[in-house]
Amino acid sequence: MFNYKLKSKIRYIFVFLSVFAVVMLFTACGDSGENDTSNQNQTVNKTNPSGLSDWELASGFGPVKKKLNLGPIDKTMAAEGEKIFESKCASCHKLDERYTGPAQRNVLQRVTPEFFMNTVLNPDENLEKHPHSKKMLAEYMTKMTNQNVNLKDARALLEYFRVLDEELTNKNKSN
Amino acid sequence: MNRKYLKAFLLAVTVIAAFVVMHYGCQESKNLTAGDEAGRVYVAPGTYDEFYLFTSGGFSGHIGVYGLPSGRMFKVIPVFSQDPEKAWGYSEESKPMFMTSHGFIPWDDAHHPKLSQTDGIADGRWIFINGNNTPRIARVDLTTFKTAEIIEIPNSGGNHGSPFLTENTEYVIASTRFSIPIPNKDVAIDSYKENFKGTISFVKVANDGEMDVAFQILVPGFNYDLAHGGKGPSHGWAFFTSYNTEQANTLLEVNASQNDKDFIAAVNWKKAEEYVAQGKFKTFNTSYFRNYFDEKKHMGFSEEKKTVKVLIPEECPGLIYYLPTPKSPHGVDVDPTGEYIAAGGKLASVIVVHSFSKMLKAIENKEFETTIDGIPVLKYESVIGGEVTNPGLGPLHTEFDGNGYGYTSSFISSEIVKWKIGTWEVVDRIPAYYSIGHLCVPGGDTKKPWGKYVIALNKITKDRYLPTGPELTQSAQLIDISGDKMKLLLDFPTIGEPHYAQAIPSEILMKNSKKIYPIEENEHPYGIKAEKDARVVREGNVVHVYMSTIRTHFAPDNIEGIKVGDVVYFHVTNLEQDWDIPHGFAVKGMQNSELLIMPGATETIVWTPLKEGIYPFYCTDFCSALHQEMSGYIRVSPKGSNVAITYGIGK
Repeated sequence: MFNYKLKSKIRYIFVFLSVFAVVMLFTACGDSGENDTSNQNQTVNKTNPSGLSDWELASGFGPVKKKLNLGPIDKTMAAEGEKIFESKCASCHKLDERYTGPAQRNVLQRVTPEFFMNTVLNPDENLEKHPHSKKMLAEYMTKMTNQNVNLKDARALLEYFRVLDEELTNKNKSN
Repeated sequence: MNRKYLKAFLLAVTVIAAFVVMHYGCQESKNLTAGDEAGRVYVAPGTYDEFYLFTSGGFSGHIGVYGLPSGRMFKVIPVFSQDPEKAWGYSEESKPMFMTSHGFIPWDDAHHPKLSQTDGIADGRWIFINGNNTPRIARVDLTTFKTAEIIEIPNSGGNHGSPFLTENTEYVIASTRFSIPIPNKDVAIDSYKENFKGTISFVKVANDGEMDVAFQILVPGFNYDLAHGGKGPSHGWAFFTSYNTEQANTLLEVNASQNDKDFIAAVNWKKAEEYVAQGKFKTFNTSYFRNYFDEKKHMGFSEEKKTVKVLIPEECPGLIYYLPTPKSPHGVDVDPTGEYIAAGGKLASVIVVHSFSKMLKAIENKEFETTIDGIPVLKYESVIGGEVTNPGLGPLHTEFDGNGYGYTSSFISSEIVKWKIGTWEVVDRIPAYYSIGHLCVPGGDTKKPWGKYVIALNKITKDRYLPTGPELTQSAQLIDISGDKMKLLLDFPTIGEPHYAQAIPSEILMKNSKKIYPIEENEHPYGIKAEKDARVVREGNVVHVYMSTIRTHFAPDNIEGIKVGDVVYFHVTNLEQDWDIPHGFAVKGMQNSELLIMPGATETIVWTPLKEGIYPFYCTDFCSALHQEMSGYIRVSPKGSNVAITYGIGK
């Protein structure tokens, strides 16, 4: 009987410690998530129900953590980006029609360059946390896939869409 | 009087009550003990096991991958047997892996998984396993958990004694269980003593894993059973058990159990290398296949080899010695220091442990009993290091914990016996349920065992699980060896016969596990790198469909112009680059198997439609919310119709 009591005590302690550990784990995860962007604009938009910072709302979650300094368009990089688009994106995204995902020609008129790159590089976390990504998932019902694009290639993709964006802007001007 | 009765009655009630309380109390504490053991094997949801355990699938021809201590199964790796789930042996790319000098063989009996080693320690690069029936050795890549190479062993009657390793995986070694005429020929079976021979094979393993039969040693026609490479001081040597030194060719259970002692063959393979370098080998004409899978091309290739180098002991003094060992020895296991060689004499009453240093001395002093076909037989007394008495009935295999103890499985008495190296005393024993064959301590045959558990690999389960008809599951048992007393923690069923198993800490493998095949590195000749390249090409009655998959569609998904009698090759490339997103592919009426294509890979399956009509195809591996939509149609027209090839998606 002594054993029994001792063991149940140990068991309670074990359960308590497990629960404590799990709570700690979640808290810790939450903390580190915020720390990722701590060097950025920390102003939390109080009117925004998502609770994201302005930076997170504008730029999403991912390795791009500060405003990109874009400079003039690099045509060589854009050509490389077009190739990557054909191989890794075009199975789901067309330029001018809805397909598995949304049409992409005007993507930079809808989202920031930072958001574009973070979505390409880190779709899963954005789908989980960002209201825009969530909205797109609800509309298209297929998760944006992680296509294992590296930072350099994502930057090239952005350059390709900057070219398309420039073409669109020029066309609108001439109209 | 009444009071007396009442007293007696009350006393009786009290005694009964006390018994009841004690009884249930005991039950309760028994359950709690069980609960404690449950805690030892509990791996909380979302957390990882400490070890990977690789069990041979025995006659299933596969390898099972389990976690320890949970006993949870993670994967079945198809090796020698076809597996329609993974199209292994059905896809055009994997068919070459099954080629042998006897043609395409869709099955084998896989016995001994063996993790590659560096400096005598399991390194997690590959796991080797033998095909017992049609002699072969396979190498499985542990970054992909996929069979990367299969080599056939020539001049072998059965590849049981394989694949054992030298301490830096310089060689995988193999010995023939059955002796046969070499080269094989048509002779009377009762001419055994005159015509039948055995071989011991050394298969070189290159740095990238490529296997090549470097040389064989022609040995007397006994049955060679198991083996182990030396380590530390005994590195450079390898040890092989033999039985049927009586050379019986019928009723072996009686006729091969006559001699008091059979032999362990000790082979000096460094010496063998010298003899080969000096050209002291004979070249035997033969035929055997090496099959390998090119990971960039996503395709298997077969090559036939026609010759092998053979060393003859009579012409190569110092190459091989026999160590007399009691009664049909089975396992031969080298302890972590490399000094002791334990032999499980199936019918012996002791476990014999030979001493490597004594063996070297006996060779130096020429302490020979006799010589058989040029092989000196050392004197038993000159090589014996110790005998473990009372080891249980039918001792088979020994593994070590690195703390000075050996653990031997005893088949007939169905138990594990723990004994101390040096004093040779039995210090503990635990029953196995039932009929234990091999046993496994993680790293237990290496220089550095992770001696926390021993796993009993049992042949029979009888009443341990829910009945499932005449055939019952086979199983492994996890036993804690961290304390003085062994403690049974868990039974868990396995696929096929868990003939032997090896385990390695998870952290060694996890970090190397491949998540995807980069699409830009895909060199499959029929692969495509973008959906825009998807197409259908007719060449006579052969049609090539270059198809892509991504969540959640095939491209093309409408194909017309296929005719009855066409041979249609579907080359399906999975354009996904995300971990754990394979896509499946199956066409109604396809006569072989589905395809299951990993991210970035291309696989091909062939289909010959027999009747005209419309044939749906779909993705078989649940991939996304719109998985049910991931499908398409193929129109099959009659032979000679003039429907042109057309294809597309979304139009």
